[in-house]
Amino acid sequence: MSKVRVLVGTKKGAFILAADGKRRNWEISGPHFAGWEIYHLKGSAVDPNRLYASQSSGWFGQIIQRSDDGGRSWNTPGSSQDELKSHDGMPRGESNKFIYEGEAGTHKWYDGTQHPWEFKRVWHLEPSLSDPDTAYAGVEDAAIFKTTDGGRTWRELPGLRRAKGTLWQPGAGGMAVHTILLDPKNEQRLYVAISAGGCFRSDDGGKSWKPITRGLKSPYELPDPDAEVGHCVHRIALHPSRPDVLFMQKHWDVMRTDTAGEHWTEISGNLPSDFGFPIEVNFNEPETVYVVPITSDSLHYPPEGKLRVYRSRTGGNEWEPLAKGLPQKDCYVNVLRDAMSADQLDPGGIYFGTTGGQVYGSADGGNSWLAIVRDLPPVYSVEVQTLP
Amino acid sequence: MIRLVLPFHLRNLARVDGEVQLEVPGPATVGKVLDALEARYPALQGTIREHGTLKRRPFVRFFICQEDWSLEPPETALPAAVTSGAEPFLIVGAMAGG
Repeated sequence: MSKVRVLVGTKKGAFILAADGKRRNWEISGPHFAGWEIYHLKGSAVDPNRLYASQSSGWFGQIIQRSDDGGRSWNTPGSSQDELKSHDGMPRGESNKFIYEGEAGTHKWYDGTQHPWEFKRVWHLEPSLSDPDTAYAGVEDAAIFKTTDGGRTWRELPGLRRAKGTLWQPGAGGMAVHTILLDPKNEQRLYVAISAGGCFRSDDGGKSWKPITRGLKSPYELPDPDAEVGHCVHRIALHPSRPDVLFMQKHWDVMRTDTAGEHWTEISGNLPSDFGFPIEVNFNEPETVYVVPITSDSLHYPPEGKLRVYRSRTGGNEWEPLAKGLPQKDCYVNVLRDAMSADQLDPGGIYFGTTGGQVYGSADGGNSWLAIVRDLPPVYSVEVQTLP
Repeated sequence: MIRLVLPFHLRNLARVDGEVQLEVPGPATVGKVLDALEARYPALQGTIREHGTLKRRPFVRFFICQEDWSLEPPETALPAAVTSGAEPFLIVGAMAGG
């Protein structure tokens, strides 16, 4: 029987939740990297035992961790004595070396002035779909890096910041590449999203990028609501069978494109609020999409104190609340952008974590929910692996 | 022999218990001690000093003989009490909440 492994990044460490295909009984391990902020963990699609984790701290900066045994043991890549050697024969600790290519330059600051680009942390790690040693890192201040040696070293793909980077600006959470999507049908095509930079696509493996924001409107956030860059894109998602169809949760508005981002249309429909952070697609049903409406940009908690996932089975516009098993009273948590993930079982499972430390799972496509764990630190990210 | 005390999270990262003891060639300085520490424990590179610039990270402090050495230039020679091993070189995470 298949199994699932849910990788949870929190404010104070990482946790791994594991269950068989029934997804009723869960084993929880952790905290891994106790006391550190874990923005994201993700496994390789080619080798599910290869996991990458972003570990960071305000005191000691960025660390990259790698596991080759499904999370039982971890190492900082390239730092053991028998690994990569530098010219003087010493091991090089470069797995956490994220240096911008060339002159780092400036971007827009909160007050509209220009501000120097400064590396802060890795928000998101996206392993290649074909090579376990290749992965991409989305970082703050916004840029994308790539490793081809299992995380030992990282090089920036600087073409992204040339896509009008001087006009990007941080949102309240910082200015980061928080989403990286890889096109499973075209290895040269990548998508990234940045708050508040926008959404970008590369068709040449990350060398050059173009904004894909036509159809987005941000009248309350930007002086020009139709600007090419600067939109506060919270999350994008795709289904692997149709990589030209993208779904987006923007600051306000839920959007969809059927043309790989050439044009977007709004699909917020009957949602109680079209503000939110995560968006995810059901693995078995490419037109089934999930969001978690949040009251507003000023009130980062669910409307009416009721935690509800909304599901559209029509690719948007028509949404139904999913509340069975979720708190419907006095609930004021948030669900962050990287904290929702769908498994590949049938019926499809969906998981999300909250800033209150709960991780909820549904084994029936969202019809009912179970709190897998209730009292973790605030959850930053949730990724699920479907294992044989 | 120089005795070095690391904060909790860096001890975990380096996978050491208790103090670290380092041989530092020549006249020992703040910079040479950090070079020797990072050479022995490469996982610590970038956590005490930034990659590239080797600037001390802002929330990391150096205490020596009950004095704050955080702002001393890296070429500053260490006192005999530290180079003899009588007193430890403390690397400390700055006090902060969270």
